[in-house]
Amino acid sequence: MTPFDALMARAREAVDDRHLDRVRAWKQEHPGALAIGHMPIYSPRPLLEAIGCLPVAVFGGGDQIDVIRGDAYFQSYICHIPRSTIELALHGDLAPLDGMVFPAICDVIRNLGGMWKMLFPEKWSGYLDLPQNFDHQLGGAFYASELRRFARELEARGAKPLEPNALARAIAEENARRAAIFELDALRRDEPWRLRASEAYLAVRAGSAMTAVEHTELLRSILAAARARTVRKLDNVRVVVVGAFCEQPPIDLIVTLERAGCDIVADDLQLGMRMIEGPIEGETIEALARAYIDRGAATASRYIGDLVKGRALIERVRAHRAEGVVFAAASFCDPALLDQPMLETALQREGIAFTTLKYSENTGQFQTIREQAGAFSDSVKLWGGAA
Amino acid sequence: MTTDGNRDASQKRQKAMISDHFAKLSRAKEDGKKVVYTFVPGNLTELLSAFDVLPVLPEINALQSGMRGRSGKYIAEAEKSGHSEDVCTYVKCDLGMLKSGNIGPTGEKLPPPDLLLLSYTGCFTFMKWFELLREEYQCPVVMLQVPYQAEGEITPEMRKYVVDQLRNEVIPALERLTGTKYDEDKLREKMKLSARAEDDLVAVWESARHKPSPVDGYFGGVYYTGPIFSSFRGSQDAVEYYRELREEVEARIARGEGPTTPDGPLGNERYRLVVEGPPNWTNFFDFWRMFSREGAVVVASTYTRVGGLYDRGFRHSPDNPLESLADYCLGCYTNLSLPKRLDLLEHYVKEYSADGFLINSVKSCNSFSVGQLLMLRELEKRTGVPGGFIESDLVDPRYFGKANIENRVQSYLQMLAARMQRRAS
Repeated sequence: MTPFDALMARAREAVDDRHLDRVRAWKQEHPGALAIGHMPIYSPRPLLEAIGCLPVAVFGGGDQIDVIRGDAYFQSYICHIPRSTIELALHGDLAPLDGMVFPAICDVIRNLGGMWKMLFPEKWSGYLDLPQNFDHQLGGAFYASELRRFARELEARGAKPLEPNALARAIAEENARRAAIFELDALRRDEPWRLRASEAYLAVRAGSAMTAVEHTELLRSILAAARARTVRKLDNVRVVVVGAFCEQPPIDLIVTLERAGCDIVADDLQLGMRMIEGPIEGETIEALARAYIDRGAATASRYIGDLVKGRALIERVRAHRAEGVVFAAASFCDPALLDQPMLETALQREGIAFTTLKYSENTGQFQTIREQAGAFSDSVKLWGGAA
Repeated sequence: MTTDGNRDASQKRQKAMISDHFAKLSRAKEDGKKVVYTFVPGNLTELLSAFDVLPVLPEINALQSGMRGRSGKYIAEAEKSGHSEDVCTYVKCDLGMLKSGNIGPTGEKLPPPDLLLLSYTGCFTFMKWFELLREEYQCPVVMLQVPYQAEGEITPEMRKYVVDQLRNEVIPALERLTGTKYDEDKLREKMKLSARAEDDLVAVWESARHKPSPVDGYFGGVYYTGPIFSSFRGSQDAVEYYRELREEVEARIARGEGPTTPDGPLGNERYRLVVEGPPNWTNFFDFWRMFSREGAVVVASTYTRVGGLYDRGFRHSPDNPLESLADYCLGCYTNLSLPKRLDLLEHYVKEYSADGFLINSVKSCNSFSVGQLLMLRELEKRTGVPGGFIESDLVDPRYFGKANIENRVQSYLQMLAARMQRRAS
């Protein structure tokens, strides 16, 4: 096993830890400390770390579990992630979590937060009302008050009081993690054969239940090993994947796209870790709020108020020298699917090729997707993007 | 609500009010009036009318299209242009209507918006909806973010956020649009009128405590909420409408009459129900008859509270008008947490002596639908009253399976009858 393969195996083990054994171990090492789960897309992990909590990104059960009890709580036209998350919770897999954050990204996640209060009243749960007004004095001030509320509520549950030094340290540690992720992204953009999207995905997702320091260390090791490894250069089509920011596709679907001839040079998979574009400048709650307001990524759950819908996607395509876009949205994902026609129009205006597919987190058949993605990559290769 | 010519005076008044409003809209450009599109929950009708602008409510257009049998075609039009079959059909119906000439419910063309007032209250899809409309109309948008009552209360921070947005963004946008200064006294006058109409509406809702109930609080209720949820709150017309409606309802109580239905007055009240969720609009009267022909009356519903929880004490107040508008926006039903929604349903079941409750779960509306199966179980536990569950959609006719829904409703009512008989004996 090469050093890179060994690191990937370590990352894979962390990603597959659906019983949260890592979290249980962390809690044993930190008696009395809280582990707080958070649903996609974005949660202020540095704030949680600053008050001594372990933030744990929860992405549902993926393709690893059979959803039986969870299905009894949701109609057929609701996406998959809430049902598998409920399934995990009812089976006790999320028992090590002392609380859950439900960020304001769609009505499903919002109402899942309400269900959580009804089903697990003994656990803390918080709805994080992310700002849609991007004026610092308005949305920024409100968001800062939300973050303070979270800190107060968690302190009442046993977290440490929020201290300025601890928050400054947590922000610095988060910035270090983000710097490593951005280096990982840059490597993927510049030499996609050296670090495939599916590998980068595992590297980032492995940090779901790690502190920023631990995750940074892993990311740095993976970066070094990826740069050192010997790999064959591929002649694939460079694509950006859009729409997969919340419910995650099975990793095999990402691999399928790669095998169909696509180098995914950028994506919005597990967007939360990259939601703030660039470092968080400053050391306070206000700095966290400012970072979200000023440099939050343009995504479907964030209001785009500047009359140029799709501009961020086009800039991304250009910056990553991508030749096409793959819209990959979870079935019944309102934000992604309502956004998609506007983004398609923007791409059409710029003559950028795209193809669209839908999945759910437990999709098990990839042949059709492979054929579709293969036809897309061929058409881009042969006819310069005439999709 | 009667489908024949024997309408109550209040119904005739409402019809005239609506016709007049759409006529004004069709002449808006000639008359130099500005048009603002906005949403029903948390709407700022008093503020808009204080600036003398005309509101258009896209949800109302969509439901009217559904009732007039046009929504299927409009939805197909939107899906043909790339909109997913998975998403809200109100949005697709509205977009399809726009692409088909934007003809409103009275057959007159709707004017394009001069401003989109995105009152982002209780529904994530609203945000995407107006992003889509902005792409079509290329007009300015002003966003009013209304925080969600996840913890079941309005905090000072939430109220301040809404008021600050009103003062610093919404009002300046309306001043720019109309070229007139904000006149708080004018707004206060509108708020006074709103409160008067709200008093009478509450009396109408609460009349359903009587046995037999003189009103149907769901099917009939959507007519009763029409003026106050839409363009008429804060107007003398709305005050007159609700005064008249209240008098008619009080007269029905005096005569011991049941509610008006599509087939005339209901003679024999057999079941008293509470309903959660919006109605289906494409087969509205078929749906209503499934209940009314069995003697089932809806004594309270949550859909009729999406435009305000007046029966829980809220009134528009002239004393602190912006704070009051903020509380109104924050307090709409779909802006309440699931536990609070459950509390409200429990209150209705108990206070209105309901025999059962029914959830109409619509595919289009995740804001309503996610969590309803849990609410069903919890409400049964809390009240001991059996619940029923049916699925349909707002305006997509493909999702109204008439035979299937009728079977479910009948089975549910038969079960209720057997239960009531057992209890009686």
